[in-house]
Amino acid sequence: MFNTDTLNALRRLLLAMADDHLIIGHRNSEWTGLGPILEEDIAFSSIAQDKIGHALGLYSILNEQLGEADPDTLAFMRNETDFTSCQLVEYPIGEYDFSLVRHLLFDVAALIRFEDASHSAYDPLAKLARKVKGEIKYHVFHASTFVKQLGQGNEESKARMQSAINQNMALALGMFESYEGEELLVQQGIYKGEAAIRTAWLGEVGAILLEAGLKMPDIDKLEPVYGGRKGFHTEYLQPLLDEMTEVFRIDPAAEW
Amino acid sequence: MVNTTTDTQAIWNAIATVMDPEIPVLSVVDLGIITDVQITEMGAVQVRMTPTFSGCPAIKLMEKQVHDAVASLGFAEVQVETNFDVTWSSNRISEKGREIIKNFGLAPPPKYKDQPDMKLLEHTACPYCNSSNTTLKTPFGPTLCRSMHYCYDCLQAFEQFKPI
Repeated sequence: MFNTDTLNALRRLLLAMADDHLIIGHRNSEWTGLGPILEEDIAFSSIAQDKIGHALGLYSILNEQLGEADPDTLAFMRNETDFTSCQLVEYPIGEYDFSLVRHLLFDVAALIRFEDASHSAYDPLAKLARKVKGEIKYHVFHASTFVKQLGQGNEESKARMQSAINQNMALALGMFESYEGEELLVQQGIYKGEAAIRTAWLGEVGAILLEAGLKMPDIDKLEPVYGGRKGFHTEYLQPLLDEMTEVFRIDPAAEW
Repeated sequence: MVNTTTDTQAIWNAIATVMDPEIPVLSVVDLGIITDVQITEMGAVQVRMTPTFSGCPAIKLMEKQVHDAVASLGFAEVQVETNFDVTWSSNRISEKGREIIKNFGLAPPPKYKDQPDMKLLEHTACPYCNSSNTTLKTPFGPTLCRSMHYCYDCLQAFEQFKPI
């Protein structure tokens, strides 16, 4: 149904989305046991579990429909430079404010991606997206509720939120890095394309920050942090992969 | 001669003995995750399931239990497959299932059209006293499908099987 160039672009799209969800899922899970309040500990852990489920769904399409390796191999046996996740997701969790704002910026984009993908001309992606988008709505609801509360809180909470937004924004713009063949996906109704998603994202993030009493940085003056989609990563990804794959490397046949 | 209608009903009844491991009084049939049961001409049974949440950790366990329940009827070949062909939503939970959830001490998910409105979560009816004078504490609970709430009238914390 689709030609080779289109299928290759589709593989790039699915791998980038899967890698983003796998890595942010692992980062979110690092809040388990450390959340500032019990409810947040549970929320970040639940969101992490959803993200790993989303990554599994995407890796499964690559495996079952597009002839790539099985999901465990894709997740645990590739080299750092084979990962096409954006750099935003690999940064350490930092303080809670950094993680919360990253969670908002990532999930607003993820919701737009999956809502669009639920109408995709590529049926396996459309089916998965119809399931996933309902779950991500809860993620966005969670993130925006807390960002609004803290943005309207006291002097310290406002200052911390604003500073976390300023820290995250150039990294977040890196989510919309283009990749080879993207235009084929747009032409054939498989996917809306990064530029259109970025525009929708700026609108929604802007509205949430406005309601929270926080400032949107001057986007035109920021240099988006690109490179992740081509396999260029920061010093933070490899140690995360080492930790993620520790059990797998000791015993690849282990069941847990 | 295989009586397919009788057999199909027997298979649904057998599947209905499998419970959701997180709400062990709610069957997978009332939960709405069984999307299709077919008996092939060769007498093999094919069961299709759809997950409640894409990251549901219980799905493999439920697949096995459904398989074993059907196999116990004497069918030699039973295949259970989970896919996203039918999208699960909390609207798929049966009326009986909603009653069971409430009696279990969880607020059942409200039915919705198109998409759930997050504002519905703000004043979920308390499963103990039916009051709507309640507040949402967090949209995430002890399992992926639950949110946590507090009732100002009976002063109790409670959980909801959330609309999704």
